[in-house]
Amino acid sequence: MSENLLEVKDLYVNYKIYEGILKVLNGVNLTVKKKEKVGLIGESGCGKTTTMKAIMRILPDNALIPNGNIFYKGRDILKMSDDEIQKIRRENISMIFQDPTAALNPVLTVGAQLMDVIKYSTDEELTKREIRELAIKALKDVALPDPERILKNYPIMLSGGMRQRICIAMALISAKELLIADEPGTNLDVTIQDQILRLIGRLVEERGISVILISHALGAVKGLVDKVYVMYAGDIVEMAPTEKLFSDPIHPYTQALFKTVPKLTGGGIPEAIKGRIPDYINPPKGCRFAPRCIHAMPICMKEKPPLKNIEDEREVACFLYE
Amino acid sequence: MNNDEIIQVKDLKKYFKTSLGIVRAVDGISFTIREGETFGLVGESGSGKSTTAFTIMGVYEPTDGEIYFKGSPLPKSVKKRPLSLRKEMQMVFQDPGSSLNPRKRIGQIIELPLRVHRLHVGRERERVKELLEMVGLPVDFINRYPGAIGGGEKQLVAIARALASEPSFIALDEPTSALDVSMQAKIINTLLRIQKELNLTYLFITHNLSLMRNVASRVGIMYLGKMFEVAETSEFFHKPLHPYTKMLLSAIPVITEEEEKIKPKRVISRGEIPSPVNVPSGCYFHPRCIDCMEICKKEDPPMVEVSTGHFVKCHLYT
Repeated sequence: MSENLLEVKDLYVNYKIYEGILKVLNGVNLTVKKKEKVGLIGESGCGKTTTMKAIMRILPDNALIPNGNIFYKGRDILKMSDDEIQKIRRENISMIFQDPTAALNPVLTVGAQLMDVIKYSTDEELTKREIRELAIKALKDVALPDPERILKNYPIMLSGGMRQRICIAMALISAKELLIADEPGTNLDVTIQDQILRLIGRLVEERGISVILISHALGAVKGLVDKVYVMYAGDIVEMAPTEKLFSDPIHPYTQALFKTVPKLTGGGIPEAIKGRIPDYINPPKGCRFAPRCIHAMPICMKEKPPLKNIEDEREVACFLYE
Repeated sequence: MNNDEIIQVKDLKKYFKTSLGIVRAVDGISFTIREGETFGLVGESGSGKSTTAFTIMGVYEPTDGEIYFKGSPLPKSVKKRPLSLRKEMQMVFQDPGSSLNPRKRIGQIIELPLRVHRLHVGRERERVKELLEMVGLPVDFINRYPGAIGGGEKQLVAIARALASEPSFIALDEPTSALDVSMQAKIINTLLRIQKELNLTYLFITHNLSLMRNVASRVGIMYLGKMFEVAETSEFFHKPLHPYTKMLLSAIPVITEEEEKIKPKRVISRGEIPSPVNVPSGCYFHPRCIDCMEICKKEDPPMVEVSTGHFVKCHLYT
């Protein structure tokens, strides 16, 4: 299929730690089409960021990939040489990290960092003046006032919202085809988060690029993406177009997760999902959600349910829908 | 003053001197907390919510203003507060990772308030177990270290510690903002159950308005050290008056259609909370306000009671 920009196929990622091997990703499958806006939701520790880091090939040294493929326009990222992946990171895919303060170097000015990114984003020899003009344009694109001054500022002189905008500006320089946004603005205030998300939405629309938006703030995802993947303990448990997923979730985990979100309409907070996220050293053999699932059947404890297409554009990994 | 008012804050001010100038973290706010209720304080970061709680608790000495606890004024310095008064007021902090001593066992952590206040002398151990059970933790946690349990469980330990001195008032400063929604649900439900059982009064601080809707009986909203609006929770969410409240409510990402319906008409959020050392003239909110009038740039509006129990600080209503 040529329209698939990115295709993650049966991806497993383990981390080697002192206590043993953490089996984190348990066969992840996801696809991103051209110009598609994709959401990835799930609680912390479910493997969202690990999946994205695998795509960017920036997993830490103790990570092992025993199985799986990540096809980018038909070519496997995992098999590329360092030069090739470097070229992709520089021209095609880029990532916005959750904490804009940690993502920027505190001892360099914004201008120095941003112009560095611009300089190395292309093979062309740009003059200093051209680089500077591109940097100013990049800052204007993310609606930052007074870009000339900001170029001279150090990150600490700017607010959290402005730092996040700078990170977006930097990422967009290299994200000519796919932007990965890992919890953008979720540690910022709600009005700032709202501004950041609208900005990302507008920019990807204008430039016709695809985006993967990761968040545990479910409402934030809802307003921006076309389809959503739900992740639990290293598994994709459900995928559906955004409207369908939020109006009619079908996987027991998705249903339970939506119930625990406090509603603006009030009515109290329903009981939490019982139990806790599984131990990744000894994960449950069958469905990883089975020990906490209210519909669990004997087969759920033995076999891992495959992610199956059940209707148009809708996939679920659950034996209830076999 | 009504007898059911457990805490009364009158024109409270807390200023900090910094190298850049004076930060008016809390700038003349007044509100009351009734016995048995959950008073919610919302606002963006830097609005002075935590400073308010810290000042009530005595962590900071107020620059000006009065705080009354059960009708009598609290001494400004915490050192002058008698032990019996400190026992009555407890606090749970945002980050359970740093509010528990990593080198002490959970049993020791919860036991300390019992020793300080000489409660359950001779049966401290049993009492610690009761407290663990009260917050829904297994009693064998008593010998574990904080590092060996999860973030949500640490927060439950912090709650058990706060309950140990048998307080009547607890300040909860963003108790779940570092946690996932399912853990949040567990902690909130535990807090609400204990509140009913022990008739506790809470001051609940959060920036999460959806959560606030479900826990608070009344809500106050702060901006740059000022209180902008105070109302009963359902009134606050269904009939918000202040333009800032409306902007904040309309920015909340929600997941259901029903929630979408009660949100105010989309107010495009713009601008950021200004630097607290260099505050705008007149009403602090006017540079971000869509209803800004000439008077707003010059005069700080007074707090007025628009309907019973619904206070708002805005020139639109004066």
